[in-house]
Amino acid sequence: MTRVGVITFPGSLDDRDAQRAVRFAGADPVALWHGDHDLQGVDAVVLPGGFSYGDYLRCGAIASHSPIMREVVAAAERGVPVLGICNGFQMLTEAHLLPGGLIRNDHGSFICRDQVMRVENTSTAWTNGYEVGQQITIPLKNGEGGYIASAETLERLEGEGLVVFRYLGVNPNGSLNDIAGVTNERGNVVGLMPHPEHAVEAGFGPDTPAAMRSGVDGLAMFTSALRSLLAA
Amino acid sequence: MPTIVVDVMPKAELLDPQGKAVAGALARLGNDRFTDVRVGKRFELTVDGPVDDAVLASVREIADDLLSNGVIEDVVNISVVDAAGTHSAAAASGALA
Repeated sequence: MTRVGVITFPGSLDDRDAQRAVRFAGADPVALWHGDHDLQGVDAVVLPGGFSYGDYLRCGAIASHSPIMREVVAAAERGVPVLGICNGFQMLTEAHLLPGGLIRNDHGSFICRDQVMRVENTSTAWTNGYEVGQQITIPLKNGEGGYIASAETLERLEGEGLVVFRYLGVNPNGSLNDIAGVTNERGNVVGLMPHPEHAVEAGFGPDTPAAMRSGVDGLAMFTSALRSLLAA
Repeated sequence: MPTIVVDVMPKAELLDPQGKAVAGALARLGNDRFTDVRVGKRFELTVDGPVDDAVLASVREIADDLLSNGVIEDVVNISVVDAAGTHSAAAASGALA
């Protein structure tokens, strides 16, 4: 069975939810610890959301220097699928696995809402189960989710199609070009601020026109990874 | 013991929401002389032993690699404060753009 590692850092909050999402997708979640040097041979890695090290220094900065992150960087360079959700996305930018950075929301407040996004790139390891242009709704909850990058980097991201998700309707945090998630050139590393792991089971997801809390738009991220691993 | 001070600021061209919030508070308090506020960080690294070139070089590296994120911030100052509390600029090369 495909094994997907979920790394727990001091201050991670959504590691259990991410493990659960992996299980729902049909893979075997493997709990990994930030202080270890070992990825235990997992096939893919998820860096979950939360507030590692209390967001001290910069969000994700101290976690990005933890022992296991060296292994994550090496694995990412080998092509292993790596997904960073919220704080995990911040870690991936701090580790320079993804371009740009995340700063405090432009309106200064923490925001929690069911967010509509458009899927822009379906050729990544984590989004091949979506349709290009598909609109999905996934919970978003952050205080420092404003995506920024230099004008040059933004141009490159747009030119090379490295923007994976874009906010629709409301831009919840002042992100440049409404960017909600990006990928690397190879398409194996993806980071996004919204939380797909909170939209994987009917009864616990966002509201949909069909029924309250029935949204499961996040599940395809995890099944995508399985599919790309099986295809590899 | 000497202390090395590292000052980090959000990049000038980027929005600084924290500074904007402080500027808003100033305006509400009736301070209308200030057109902008930007909030940065000051790090004080206490050094065991004298500050030599090797220590300064490692501080420059630390300032770039850990204390700041070059995508969103700039290291704007590295200086040495000796035991008497006197400031001296610590060579502007390397970390300082």
